[in-house]
Amino acid sequence: MSEAQVSDMPLVHAVNVHKSFHGVEVLKGIDIDVAAGEVVCLLGPSGSGKTTFLRCINQLETIQGGRIWVDGDLAGYTEKNGKLHRLGDSHIAAQRREIGMVFQRFNLFPHMTALENVMEAPIQVKGVRKREAKERALALLERVGLGERCDNYPAQLSGGQQQRVAIARALAMDPKLMLFDEPTSALDPELVGEVLSVMRELATGGMTMIVVTHEMGFAREVADRVVFMDAGIVVEQGPPNDVINNPQHERTQSFLSRIREENEDYAAALVERAEAEKL
Amino acid sequence: MSEDRPGTIDAVPVRHPGRWVAIAVIVVLAAMFVHLLLTNDAFNWHFVFEAMFQSPVLNGLVMGTLLVTVLAMVVGVVFGVILAVMRLSDNPVLSWTAFLFTWFFRAVPRYVLLFIMGTLGILFPPPAGLGIGVPFGAQINDLLGMSGTWTFFSLDANNIFGGIIGGVIGLGLSEAAYMAEIARAGILSVDTGQREAACALGMSNRKAMWRIVLPQAMRVIVPPTGNETIAMVKDTSLLIAVPVSTELFFQLQSIGSRTYQTFPVAVAAVIWYLLICSVLMVVQSRLEARFGRGFGTSGPSDHGFRARMLSMVGGSK
Repeated sequence: MSEAQVSDMPLVHAVNVHKSFHGVEVLKGIDIDVAAGEVVCLLGPSGSGKTTFLRCINQLETIQGGRIWVDGDLAGYTEKNGKLHRLGDSHIAAQRREIGMVFQRFNLFPHMTALENVMEAPIQVKGVRKREAKERALALLERVGLGERCDNYPAQLSGGQQQRVAIARALAMDPKLMLFDEPTSALDPELVGEVLSVMRELATGGMTMIVVTHEMGFAREVADRVVFMDAGIVVEQGPPNDVINNPQHERTQSFLSRIREENEDYAAALVERAEAEKL
Repeated sequence: MSEDRPGTIDAVPVRHPGRWVAIAVIVVLAAMFVHLLLTNDAFNWHFVFEAMFQSPVLNGLVMGTLLVTVLAMVVGVVFGVILAVMRLSDNPVLSWTAFLFTWFFRAVPRYVLLFIMGTLGILFPPPAGLGIGVPFGAQINDLLGMSGTWTFFSLDANNIFGGIIGGVIGLGLSEAAYMAEIARAGILSVDTGQREAACALGMSNRKAMWRIVLPQAMRVIVPPTGNETIAMVKDTSLLIAVPVSTELFFQLQSIGSRTYQTFPVAVAAVIWYLLICSVLMVVQSRLEARFGRGFGTSGPSDHGFRARMLSMVGGSK
């Protein structure tokens, strides 16, 4: 790949990505490009491979076919004389530094306070001085609205607060790309909003984001593009209003109507509960 | 209508007659025991305390019992963690090596192991002794028809294996086999999401293990390690198999056989072992509080020594 092509390349350039677990093919040739500054939501039923694809981008899973470039670097390999050579652990770690990841189950370090969680990687990985790391971490926690809770351990925080600390922790490494793996799926409904608003603010600030989510409202409002995946392939993609309001494929249509029904059921349940409480 | 609504509960509590019977039995037995301690001349308390503080006994306590416990536990913990990491490695050679080590050292009784340590010198007889140098140096010389030596220095194997060092090696390696299983369980107890989160932040595998996984594994590793340490204190009384005689129990026993006061010296040994283990229990609960940070919502003070003693005697009431 020549220099000119590299500089033209989108921030994430995935071509024909294949991944199997124990012989079961989960990704069957995914092509996705994400430009710098773009917010892309991955939608699709569970088991469609969207989380797996996200994990492939920062090499928590190794792929068996295809290539993924992030910021012009081929993930996991170098190419010498037309032959791929697997990168060592430290090189892969270096590639991951550019990519922030937020997990469904938060995965905060339970033996560290919120502040220590955010300071850990800059100090240990980038060699930032402790004082600078602390200042930066406090500013980030302030930014996600948790300046007051910096000395709390994760177990003392609500799910929404933990997820916001997790976002601050990822941002502390100054990533070029943020991956969100169903960041609100493990949260109580009333805590979803606080996490989404932090993500919305991040998107407005120009962060490149790939978000696996079931929050259609968020996708419609914040995403520049949504990608609908099913059974390991990309079924359709485009601007959120086109795909969500006017899906072209039958699989997208049935998925979206199912989601809508669930939301209606959920809304109905809420109304029922509210009325029950009134009585 | 408010008079009809039930008010504060003032009920007769459940009676526990069985408990009162049990307490009465225990009180009587305890009184009998104290009476025995105070009135039976065989205890010879004066002699017990005199024996406890004889200088060979104190020397044996420090050099044999305490020092060997510390060194053997250091060897055990360091090798145990290494073995646990090897055991969990993808590489079959590493994981099988760790398995075979554990298999061997768990199968051989400590007393037998210490006895073997004392006899190992026979494998490396003087004057050559135990040489440190290039592996197969002599064979390479023969093969290439060269003269000279590839051994940098050699040690007297009987000195190495026959004394306290032999005891430390024997007990330490045996301990490593047990610690490996404890450390492995500890590492496996940490959620895989923790390693993933660390890797996603750009940490190398080694750093993720060292900074994120092991500190959390410690919470699971510390309590059984405390038990292992206490067991090790007691197992130093096996050192005579090597033979190492600078050790608490052997020294007390030899006073006993010189003076025919065999029972008082045994009591003296029991008192020393009780004291050491009590101190270790306090240290253990401090360590548990330290590594339990962030787990459970209440502070570490609630989970300390007092709480554990209370739970040992069956609740605070």
